[in-house]
Amino acid sequence: MENKKKEKVLSIKDLSITFKTSAGEVNVIRGMNLSLYKGETLAIVGESGSGKSVTVKAIMGILSNNGRIDSGSIEFTYHRGDKEIKEDLLKFSKKEIRRRINGKRISMVFQDPMTSLNPTMTVGAQIMEGMIYHYKTPKKEAYQKAVSLLELVGITNPEKRMKNYPHQLSGGMRQRVVIAIALACDPELLICDEPTTALDVTIQSKILELIKDIQEKTGISVIYITHDLGVVAKVADYVAVMYAGKIVEKGTVDEIFYDPKHPYTWGLLSAMPDLNCNDDKLYTIPGSPPNLLHRIEGDSFAPRNIYALNIDFRKEPPMFHITDTHYASTWLLHENAPKVEMPGELRQRIDYMLKEAK
Amino acid sequence: MAQPLLEVKDLKQYFRINRRFIIKAVDGVSFVLYPGETYGLVGESGSGKSTIGRSIIRLYEPTEGDILFQGVNISGKLSAKDTTHLRTKMQMIFQDPMACLNPRKKVIDIIAQGLDIHHMYASQQERKEKVYRILDMVGLSREHANRYPHQFSGGQRQRIGIARALIMNPDLIIADEAISALDVSIQAQVINLMKDIQQETGTAYLFIAHDLSMVKYISDRIGVLHLGHMVETGTKDEIFQNPIHPYTKSLLSAIPQANPKIEKKRIAMSYDYGTSGIDYTKGVQQHIGGQHYVLATETELKAWT
Repeated sequence: MENKKKEKVLSIKDLSITFKTSAGEVNVIRGMNLSLYKGETLAIVGESGSGKSVTVKAIMGILSNNGRIDSGSIEFTYHRGDKEIKEDLLKFSKKEIRRRINGKRISMVFQDPMTSLNPTMTVGAQIMEGMIYHYKTPKKEAYQKAVSLLELVGITNPEKRMKNYPHQLSGGMRQRVVIAIALACDPELLICDEPTTALDVTIQSKILELIKDIQEKTGISVIYITHDLGVVAKVADYVAVMYAGKIVEKGTVDEIFYDPKHPYTWGLLSAMPDLNCNDDKLYTIPGSPPNLLHRIEGDSFAPRNIYALNIDFRKEPPMFHITDTHYASTWLLHENAPKVEMPGELRQRIDYMLKEAK
Repeated sequence: MAQPLLEVKDLKQYFRINRRFIIKAVDGVSFVLYPGETYGLVGESGSGKSTIGRSIIRLYEPTEGDILFQGVNISGKLSAKDTTHLRTKMQMIFQDPMACLNPRKKVIDIIAQGLDIHHMYASQQERKEKVYRILDMVGLSREHANRYPHQFSGGQRQRIGIARALIMNPDLIIADEAISALDVSIQAQVINLMKDIQQETGTAYLFIAHDLSMVKYISDRIGVLHLGHMVETGTKDEIFQNPIHPYTKSLLSAIPQANPKIEKKRIAMSYDYGTSGIDYTKGVQQHIGGQHYVLATETELKAWT
């Protein structure tokens, strides 16, 4: 697997997005670079307001009307027959992207399954809708496919369920239906925006295992947006940590969890409740995220960072190369920076996790 | 042992859907809560955990069973005096902080509403002072008092919800999924805040949640609910170190651990009530040790341990 040349599915370059609000212009995405390869899973983590959802909305072309893309490109590669086609998603008009990409090549699963399903349509009709619109599939064929999709997502009695309305299903089943709809047109890329936040832990683990299973069967690429690091550990191959509209650290899941370099990642990992330790207090990152209404001088995380250097307040750190897959944007990695180790408790926790894994 | 603050005895809460169909949301649940402790109620959606919270605070009229608050039965009709007592000493924090705060009122008026209703201040100055003191306690500043809820972030709004509950100086706060709608880092802040407040004021919490890892942090004792039955209860160590009921085990195994090397290979245990052959109505509360009880029949208990 390692030697096989990996195919890029999505490549985001220098993306910058601004929202016009009554309080002024808010620069929510400030220069973002990211790529995703075929068959792999990328998880984007970060606090609310860090720009995770805006990024994927830009990919889908469903930014709200006050959003403006200042610069950058989102290159999406897909196959039509044997031909490989590369296109910049930002060049499409809203109509065009709706006709050619959304639901057909890239589809999305939202957080709350009740609000993303149409309450007046049967489940079956909603699954067939996309196929009929995008591929003009004959109704009979679409029906067959919808039944097999429901089977794929683990719904028993699929033929009976086709006639059900969303309110007749439980939360977990609804989310399964949403996934079936997303997969109806055999997309190249599936985006899951907090797919399990509204669900129970038991159902959450089932849904995550389901998406993983489907990925193995169909080889699609998946982007997860989540703030639950447990979920990330379960599903992701690559992780991108976002803070205030920028990626501050990216790497493989092992690199992020066992060898994090950015102080923000340290904070995130420490803030996670751990079933094995018995501390009285949960760790919290001091302060709150910056207000993006104001221009940010230097490193956006510096005011909350106890390890911040003087330069952090003046100059924005570039992405430092750690390994070929692991990058972090913090001045601590500069060769002239003083050596700073991650907090002791986190070190202990990681050592413990590594020991446990053996 | 101290006098329990809250005693729930064989609580049953049924909802009649139509003539032939009754939903048994809560079916014979009993537990006690002591002053100053935190009791965590966990379970999947539809297990009846929120219903219990709502029955206790009298949003529903219990079908059967007794609820005793500070020794007074509060499940039936109440005198005006008891109602007033109950409405001040028992408070609730809701899940969605945006939905439970009146968008047209300023924060100071939202927080002081309880004081207004129960005439608990002598002058406007005193009212203000009381609100400021509570704002300070939950980590908000005085300037926030004259803002509207939409001007706050999610975590701050939940703090307002907590402040509103706290101002009545309650003995019991029911937190119904109070942190589920928040971010991980904010969740930690709110949990820490609730713990600090408990140390300061000695209030008890009934903490309802589905996220077991957070429940573990805040609770002294935990009750696991499934389909309206309390399947297992005990101190948090008893539940986490020595889970006995298969449902508890599956619930614990479903928590994703932030350790990729393990998590990638692990498959959560599944538990299906329909096929497991367990009948909750047949089981009785079996004593395991300490405060640890499991709902089971004799034969089931033997098979599980």
